[in-house]
Amino acid sequence: MQEILVFVKAFVVGGLLCVIGQLLLDYTKLSNARILVLFVVSGVVLTAVGLYKPLVDFAGAGATVPLLGFGYSLAMGAIEAVNSYGILGALAGGVTRTAAGIAAAVFFGLLNALIFKPRTKS
Amino acid sequence: MSDKEIRRAKQYGDLVERLTPNSKPLRNCLRAFWVGGVICTLGQWITMLAEPLQLTEMTAPMFTSVVLIFLGATLTGIGVYDRIGKYAGAGSVVPITGFANSVCAPALEFRREGWVLGLGARLFQIAGPVLVYGISSSIVVGLVYWAVKEWLL
Amino acid sequence: MRQGKQTFVYQHAPVVASHASIVGPKEGEGPLASEFDEILPDDLLGQKSWELAESEMLRRCILRAAEDGGITLEQAQALFSGDLNNQIIATGFAARALGIPFFGLYGACSTFVEALVLGSALISGGFLENALCSASSHFCTAERQFRLPLEMGTQRPPSAHWTATAAGCALLKSCGDSSEKLLRVTAGTFGKIEDYQIKDANHMGAAMAPAVCSTICAHFEDMRIDPDHYDLVATGDLGWIGREILLELLRQNGHPIPPEKLVDCGASLYYQEQDTHAGGSGCGCVASVGCSWIMKRLERGEIHRALLVGSGAMLSPTSTLQAQSIPGIAYAAALEVF
Repeated sequence: MQEILVFVKAFVVGGLLCVIGQLLLDYTKLSNARILVLFVVSGVVLTAVGLYKPLVDFAGAGATVPLLGFGYSLAMGAIEAVNSYGILGALAGGVTRTAAGIAAAVFFGLLNALIFKPRTKS
Repeated sequence: MSDKEIRRAKQYGDLVERLTPNSKPLRNCLRAFWVGGVICTLGQWITMLAEPLQLTEMTAPMFTSVVLIFLGATLTGIGVYDRIGKYAGAGSVVPITGFANSVCAPALEFRREGWVLGLGARLFQIAGPVLVYGISSSIVVGLVYWAVKEWLL
Repeated sequence: MRQGKQTFVYQHAPVVASHASIVGPKEGEGPLASEFDEILPDDLLGQKSWELAESEMLRRCILRAAEDGGITLEQAQALFSGDLNNQIIATGFAARALGIPFFGLYGACSTFVEALVLGSALISGGFLENALCSASSHFCTAERQFRLPLEMGTQRPPSAHWTATAAGCALLKSCGDSSEKLLRVTAGTFGKIEDYQIKDANHMGAAMAPAVCSTICAHFEDMRIDPDHYDLVATGDLGWIGREILLELLRQNGHPIPPEKLVDCGASLYYQEQDTHAGGSGCGCVASVGCSWIMKRLERGEIHRALLVGSGAMLSPTSTLQAQSIPGIAYAAALEVF
């Protein structure tokens, strides 16, 4: 039962965050790129003011998988690294914590571009 | 612009708005909700599968991200992600798989313009701004946090 | 001879000796499929890139029009053509392969009618005995240049157009002293840029409708005729929404056209179920539909006089990023059988 609840929370919270994105797409005509940037920066800001951590604790992947979660990782990384290394941590922390994701995106992007060709749409 | 042109543009804007059908926000939101929800649930499932790997609070989301990014990039490569995107809208843009799609799609598309200035440069067409503003804002947050800690506490 | 402010009346009205149209697979599934001369099985045509594919499609189309019209490439005196790519490369490459003396035109999606207006003028004026007028567009080249990479997962708003993968070419010849009943270009109106401050690059119909209205009104006023003169007014690629806007604008400007007389090539090219949203667009849209459906209806005698109006949105990816409004342009060519 407990386990099912974890999934339900991830589904509902993740879904709702996507609905916010959809409302922005439909009503503000923001492009995809701007939505992505907006979500990441919002994630950083929300984490900094302490609002996002509770959501992550509550919804797990429902909060970390949307791009707000990428911003969460960046901000948490910077804050924790400042605790460990001082001011240099502000520069190193964010990228260190998200390095695996960024590297994976670049590398898998490259691999796919080597293997596949773009197709027309129908 | 003259006053007359401004008035004309305003009138025309109203006419255009009256005759342009709306997108269907309710339908779009429902689709975004369930597809986005499913992707996040998938993420939760991956996190649970990874439990035997003894990941920490920090590395567990990292592992989940990497797996989802792999899936997003591969679905882009085989030409499926754009169809999901057409159906789900933000439901497939907002999750981390959408970030992978935004890296992979231009890399694929601009390979014909060469390895370096085609694939290599365009790979960051959309991911670039995300990293620029994401990383920069995290640095600002880190600096502010450092300053507060140094001087106020 | 110029009549009024913006209209050429061709005293030696050139004959449309032949016309050719080639479309991509999606357009080949649309309502006009049976009208096109060739439907491509795929849109890469065995080429290395979408741009080369577009160029090859255009080359084939021009070649076909020349052959059908009974002239060799050496006999072709001029080619008027353009496309949507930066520096009209698809056309430049096609012209390189054909070796016909070449005028490269850019009027965005209005290019084909611009070519007709100019080609007819030079023939009527006695400078040329024949001219090939054509234009092309390709969904994939336009998409990657003006919008996003093809594999990006995005939703398009209801007002967005679908760039047609299509090419059309008409061979014009001087009329000589033939008194046969033939399809001729009798007049051409060249438009002014109209900009009503539309900035949404996903709403081309709205950006272009004022220019179309202005050119149509200028045509009626310069020619001193009214809409009854034509059996059909065919606009290029305003789409379903842009067509409604145009009908309203024409009413407001005192030249109302009955809705049943006004067709839009872009709105006719696809079925609604093909999910192109507002309809087709691109240089190839009015070129292919004009060179098939419209001209064939005239030749079959279903209609006798038609006004073909091409419209173009003169934007670029740079101007869109710099948040500039979209200037619109339109050209009109009167086609008559007599």
